[in-house]
Amino acid sequence: MKVAIFIPCYVDQFYPQVGIATLELLEKLGVSVFYPEKQTCCGQPMANSGFEHLATSCNDLFVENFSGYDYIVCPSGSCTLHIKDHLHASANEPAAEKIRSTVMELTEFLTDVLHIKNLTAHFPHKVGLHQSCHGQRGLHLSQMSELVSPGFSKPQHLLNLVQGLELIPLDRTDECCGFGGTFCVAEEAVSVKMGKDRIADHLHHGAEYITGGDMSCLMHLEGILRRQRSTTKVIHIAEILNAG
Amino acid sequence: MEAQQHTASKDHATLADTFNRDEPRVDWHDKTLWFVRQKRDKAAWQIPEWEHLRETASQIKHNVLANLHHYLLSFEQQAQQNGVTVHWAANAEEHNQIVHSIIQKTGITRVVKSKSMLTEECHLNDYLQAQGIDVVDTDLGERIVQLANEPPSHIVLPCIHWKKEEIGELFHKHLGTPEGNSDPQFLTAAARVHLRERFMTSPIAITGVNFAIAETGEVVVCTNEGNADLGVQLSDVHIACMGIEKLIPERKHLGVFLRLLARSATGQPITTYSSHFRKPRPGQHMHIVLVDNGRSERLGSDDFRNALKCIRCGACMNTCPVYRRSGGHSYHYAIAGPIGSILAPALDMKKNADLPFASTLCGSCSNVCPVKIDIHDQLYKWRQVLAKDGYVGSTKKNGMKGMAFVLSHPRIYRISGSVGRWVSRHMPFLVSNSLNPWAKQREMPTAPKQSFGEWYRTNKRKA
Ligand code: SF4
Repeated sequence: MKVAIFIPCYVDQFYPQVGIATLELLEKLGVSVFYPEKQTCCGQPMANSGFEHLATSCNDLFVENFSGYDYIVCPSGSCTLHIKDHLHASANEPAAEKIRSTVMELTEFLTDVLHIKNLTAHFPHKVGLHQSCHGQRGLHLSQMSELVSPGFSKPQHLLNLVQGLELIPLDRTDECCGFGGTFCVAEEAVSVKMGKDRIADHLHHGAEYITGGDMSCLMHLEGILRRQRSTTKVIHIAEILNAG
Repeated sequence: MEAQQHTASKDHATLADTFNRDEPRVDWHDKTLWFVRQKRDKAAWQIPEWEHLRETASQIKHNVLANLHHYLLSFEQQAQQNGVTVHWAANAEEHNQIVHSIIQKTGITRVVKSKSMLTEECHLNDYLQAQGIDVVDTDLGERIVQLANEPPSHIVLPCIHWKKEEIGELFHKHLGTPEGNSDPQFLTAAARVHLRERFMTSPIAITGVNFAIAETGEVVVCTNEGNADLGVQLSDVHIACMGIEKLIPERKHLGVFLRLLARSATGQPITTYSSHFRKPRPGQHMHIVLVDNGRSERLGSDDFRNALKCIRCGACMNTCPVYRRSGGHSYHYAIAGPIGSILAPALDMKKNADLPFASTLCGSCSNVCPVKIDIHDQLYKWRQVLAKDGYVGSTKKNGMKGMAFVLSHPRIYRISGSVGRWVSRHMPFLVSNSLNPWAKQREMPTAPKQSFGEWYRTNKRKA
């Protein structure tokens, strides 16, 4: 099985430890991982702002970097969804199509391809799980509170395998944190209010850590937590699954 | 287009920013609407086949939109056979003129109107008032916002942004209720007395339409207060105004929609009144005005056609985390929230270019929508249309061009990354300067010594 990892640009630049944890975790689980070094970004920052038409060469580069793998694993639901829904390459559409169908978010790769049933990870803390919308509603990583359908959660399944970890309940299990790409600055007031409300829910239930599959949401929550001088921290799910 | 002449006023972000200055009020607004969303969830979970019901409704509407011309003609023919006069209006202006001319012929100037989002869309009240017609909205929530001289902030709960104490004050001023009395039951009783007088003295009733049945030519109006019935039963002239997308093929399909509508809207199993109006009483006149106002244009668009399936339940607003924290008026369009944000730009791209961006694209709206409109995907698609057609500012456009350039050149990306974390200077949400809205209420992430790429090259690269 030939697996490449895609480390989104803001993770690469700001949260290298998330990329490292992803790589180490996959290697621990026996996967030999390739990191195409010319990778940059999925193109979502342009596309979500309405400039999908400017993302053509970024898309071509992505196809060039990630062709020829069985799976492309990414520690971000949002970037994975963007690739799945919007990656096209006029020069090589079959390659783009292959990538769209083989790109996977980290937790879904762990549960659906590797069928992980146990982990050696140890993380003795109270943890709140933030379900990022694109992973949840876009990639269906877990049941959505709006739908009348049976419950399941891929990230929760994995967190339950971590020794010592106590998952706290939330009043609103899957409300958006308000990051939303450029929304977080274009609609600063609402974005921050949404983030504050999410945080309040986690703190109310005693979270020491807020985790999730998307560092972008966590970066936004971290910015608010730090401004509030809170002792609660954010941590990417890959770091927990790779801990200890 | 007439609507194009509106000058650009404050955008959603600015209005939302103002709304957020009173944080306890935002909390109250959010919780009030979240409570409605929870009631909707409970009601939905009581129907094991809920998702199947949504799919069925969506498919029925799909059929309607694919064969709209056929259903419209059949509806018109049936209605005419029932003794109803049918009118066709190409746009809002024609609609208003038609309604006015019907009223004018009677010589009457007092009109009662039950809830209709179409007449809000067409600004009928303003139009009629300018012609000297006195229109009273008889839905309690609508009457409250009318007295306050405001548009509704929600399509189902028009005055959800008003607290009961404020309504008490408003009624004191306009209806002469005692100062300081904000007991909901008392205020409702006062409104009832006030509205009764209007019902008794207004021989013309305007209603909206929730569903129009092509098979029978009847229209169905859903209310909780019975105000549509009361208005129509006491009137000599009934004018029902509807968008052309309100059709359903047969009576048997109505059950699917009635089961979904109230559960999605408020969590009730069904609206208190589901009133069928088929033909005028002896001596009464009944008119139906069918309005296009941009709908047939949308019908021709693969990307945006599905928005016409909307049954105006308001569930997408109640669930929307942005709507709950920005208030209906921040959308500056008759229909607020996610559905308003995909309808408004179709009518006026320039004026409403901000609305598709007033969303995090979280997708909760599409999940609650009883007719399964792909609302958040349409928001994304509108963004592409607006940017391509030049409705997104040039600063943003240039920033995007710069970013696209760097992200498609790995070497430049890598170099600019190592020179002080490129992302922090170029990511639209992280541009690090004193004006950066990120930093107003949030700390910036701290840049690590090495990027992942650099770490990989140092530690992992296989020679
Ligand atoms: S778009 Fe869907 S959820 Fe929103 S008001 Fe219309 S029918 Fe209801």
